[in-house]
Amino acid sequence: MNDLVDHRLERDGAVATIVFDRPAAYNAVTGAMLLSLKATMKALARDREVRAIVLTGAGKAFCAGQALDDAQTMSEGNGRPDLLRAVMERFNPLVIAIATIEKPVIAAVNGVAAGAGMGIALAADFRFVAASASFTTAFAKIGLVPDSGVSFFLPRMVGYARALELTLLSEKIDAARANELGLVTRLCADDVLAQAQAFATTLARGPRSLGLIKRELIQNGLGDLRAALTYEAQLQAIAGDSADFIEGISAFREKRQPHFCGE
Amino acid sequence: MSDLIAEQHGLVRLLRLNRPARLNALTDGLATEIAAALEAADGDETRAVVLTGDERAFAAGADIGELAQPGGPQLEVWDRIWNARVPIVGAVRGLALGGGLELAMSCDVLVVAEDARLGQPEIKLGLMPGAGGTQRLTRALGKALAMEMVLTAREIDGREAYARGLAGACVPAELVLRTALALAQTIAAQAPLAIQAAKRAVNDAFELPLASALGRERSAFRELLETDDGREGIAAFTEKRRPTWSGK
Repeated sequence: MNDLVDHRLERDGAVATIVFDRPAAYNAVTGAMLLSLKATMKALARDREVRAIVLTGAGKAFCAGQALDDAQTMSEGNGRPDLLRAVMERFNPLVIAIATIEKPVIAAVNGVAAGAGMGIALAADFRFVAASASFTTAFAKIGLVPDSGVSFFLPRMVGYARALELTLLSEKIDAARANELGLVTRLCADDVLAQAQAFATTLARGPRSLGLIKRELIQNGLGDLRAALTYEAQLQAIAGDSADFIEGISAFREKRQPHFCGE
Repeated sequence: MSDLIAEQHGLVRLLRLNRPARLNALTDGLATEIAAALEAADGDETRAVVLTGDERAFAAGADIGELAQPGGPQLEVWDRIWNARVPIVGAVRGLALGGGLELAMSCDVLVVAEDARLGQPEIKLGLMPGAGGTQRLTRALGKALAMEMVLTAREIDGREAYARGLAGACVPAELVLRTALALAQTIAAQAPLAIQAAKRAVNDAFELPLASALGRERSAFRELLETDDGREGIAAFTEKRRPTWSGK
């Protein structure tokens, strides 16, 4: 097993639970954390004892998406973020690992799932959602486009028109609304993690064919995930070159409203 | 201002066609400048070239004024372009028509914009392609589509060019140059003798019968094994370190 960066791995019988563990930063992901999570997923894919996986966040949040304090990602392109590289090399491999591992993956969404954090939750096969949790696509707020599979999974779950509305407006989607939209497997009034783990334990007793069913649905039901993720990365690179992205991120840091010029 | 602008990016030379008012239509003068620039790159430290136009056009064909002159354009200069030893990455945005597509197909690796427009419209002038179009298009796309494009002037977009194997990469227009430069940097970082020999060997596939081309491939491979860089590459792999190329 790799040295786990900013996440913990807990085992209970055939169920492995990955806990995003940067609670002070609402579990926002750094480049090193993403690569480490991908390595953990790969190890779990090979581990025959593990037959179901739960993803959750430590503390109040599920995952707040890209960490804006991650020096590597925020400055590797001559002082600006190289978003093509960040998305292609770090976010996409994790999303692909979650979506293609032939074991059920249950997101126990304990709190806010924003941006790429929402992508990770959507890439999972099931979403157990705490009543106090919420989702937001977040990207447009800082002049970016949805990545981490959000543009792929969201329209397939809620329909094109609502997906466009949710991504263009980037409004907060509370757990009740997420449930109405069809994003939620089970709305949990209390102890979302325990409920997700109990569900995972049930699935972990299932046959080998569960993994094959997941593969079948991805292949036949969802279309070309990899091509979609590549396209997200390319459009993110274009958005990342815009003046509005710089304004968006400055406004976010300065906790003020951004003034976008449309360029 | 020259019709061809050269910029050096480390080991990569970027060549931009610069006749924006004429959508980079090719003149004898511009074709000669391109040939000379490639020969210059062959003679210096440059390890890969990126050839591009601007957002509106890679090159929109031959200059109509020169087509009308007695004897027409100077086609022999194209042999010099095709004989370049340096690998050329074409970066196509907008129009690549007629001589423009022929120039794009003269590149070794092609990156196209999704919405690039590629075609051989010479038939509409009562003419046909004269700088490789009928041959290179057919070899890249197969007879049926090439014939349709040449006989009807049908254009294909970048997505279709990629799907049919004419281009190695298809990306949003805004990323074409960046993608092409990154590819060129990757090529430029390899051992120079191996790159040149490999380019020649792949091109042999279009020039020679299979048995001769396989024979040449085998000799080229054996020669590379005896080069300093061939030995360095194997040693570096074994020692799990990055190789340092001497170009020998």
